[in-house]
Amino acid sequence: MKPKTEFKEITIENYKEYVFEKSPQSAHWKNMFWAFLVGGLICAFGQLLIELFLIWGVESELAPSLASATLVALAAIFTGIGIYDKLGRFAGAGSTVPITGFSNAMVAPALEFRSEGLIYGLGAKMFLIAGPVVVNGVLVSVVVALIRSLFLGVG
Amino acid sequence: MQFYDKKQTIKFKNVNFATGFTLAGPKEKQGKLGSSFDLTLEDDKFGEKTFEKAERKMFEFAASGVIAKANMLPREIDTIIGGDLLNQIVSVSFAAKKFKSSFLGLYNACGTYVESLIVGSFLTEFFGKNVLCLSGSHFSTAERQYRYPLELGVLRSPVSQWTATGVGASILKPNNDGCPKIVAATLGRVTDFGILDVNNMGAAMAPAAKDTFTQYFTDTGKKPSDFDLIATGDLGKLGKEILIDLMEREGYDFNNNYIDCGAELYYESQKTYMGGSGAACSALVANGWLYNSLKKGNIKNLLLVGTGALMSPTTSFQGESIPAIAHLVEIEMPSKEKQC
Repeated sequence: MKPKTEFKEITIENYKEYVFEKSPQSAHWKNMFWAFLVGGLICAFGQLLIELFLIWGVESELAPSLASATLVALAAIFTGIGIYDKLGRFAGAGSTVPITGFSNAMVAPALEFRSEGLIYGLGAKMFLIAGPVVVNGVLVSVVVALIRSLFLGVG
Repeated sequence: MQFYDKKQTIKFKNVNFATGFTLAGPKEKQGKLGSSFDLTLEDDKFGEKTFEKAERKMFEFAASGVIAKANMLPREIDTIIGGDLLNQIVSVSFAAKKFKSSFLGLYNACGTYVESLIVGSFLTEFFGKNVLCLSGSHFSTAERQYRYPLELGVLRSPVSQWTATGVGASILKPNNDGCPKIVAATLGRVTDFGILDVNNMGAAMAPAAKDTFTQYFTDTGKKPSDFDLIATGDLGKLGKEILIDLMEREGYDFNNNYIDCGAELYYESQKTYMGGSGAACSALVANGWLYNSLKKGNIKNLLLVGTGALMSPTTSFQGESIPAIAHLVEIEMPSKEKQC
């Protein structure tokens, strides 16, 4: 690609800018389309599961949890047989953001580091990707709860 | 720049590139240069339990393979010199256990292959040693050390490259006329132009390659058109374009006879984006396609530059930019009609 700006000379100072203009950019619209489609389909499938569980006579409070658990289990299986990463190659956030992405983030390192044993490998590395999400999620939930109780009081 | 007045180029008279051997993975076999490899794997685990073991076995096979191809015995090899991408360069070191030769382990990331040729050339030129130089990498071991677990579903950056699976090995010998000869080497400097994106290694390494090329052309007074082929290790398609531009600004025309090993390795349909990278990249192309072309007489001389990005995951997470290095060797096919 030709950079838009004319760079008279390239120095350490303007090199990053030059590289940025010369690099092919991510296909944002295409990525967003696939993320929307795949993410939407996963969520729609989750809703379908909830409806099915309700039809099969599961209590209405239990059905969503059961649907989530099913999605997590399915994503773990698809990670294990090497399909989920192929989905992620084009779906991006569409396959990472739903709960299935969390399952993938747990199972992938677990598989990968199994070769270093159950403790130092699987046990230690399982939260490699999901760990920061959990930590920050808990932290943010505490902050939000604090703000809420400041304005609305405890309870 | 100001400091090209200090010469960094060394000349060799008696370094013969006697044999080249390549062992490549399944994806490389399906690539553009698939037919140029001596041995290819159907399965990138190579019958082993872990990818690390597979990579080690690849090194053992490549070292044995090149010795056999050269019609030599393992004890005729004085020194093995090589490196790989894993922490503490374990693959090549563990593989060297199988041999009785002395061993030097090197690390210049993806520039290791050319670095090993240069160190090997010293031993051959000044001490008359038979040296085995090798370098390689494995996609699956590198990926988990530098990036994410394999099964994690993530979008790859459009500027990313694909770590090549394979090992390239060469034997350097004194007094072996008729072979391609390593006639000169330029030792590179570490150059850092402030690139932070670990996916964009081509851009991080291009200034290092420019520095080494400019140094070589200044030292020798030659120009790019004096060579049948100029090859860089793994700048990839983007890095290649940047280098052509940078060289043009220095007054050297790289438009006609310049290739990048990484950009040549795969087809577009193999989704490697900017092409191949890794310590295997230049070793596979140089010992396969380039070496064969030299021997057949399709090209008479060649500049080969190994480019390496010298960051680690730790330095990247700590927010530091990517330093890079490039080493150059000049390889020439003697005009005499004599097989080596």
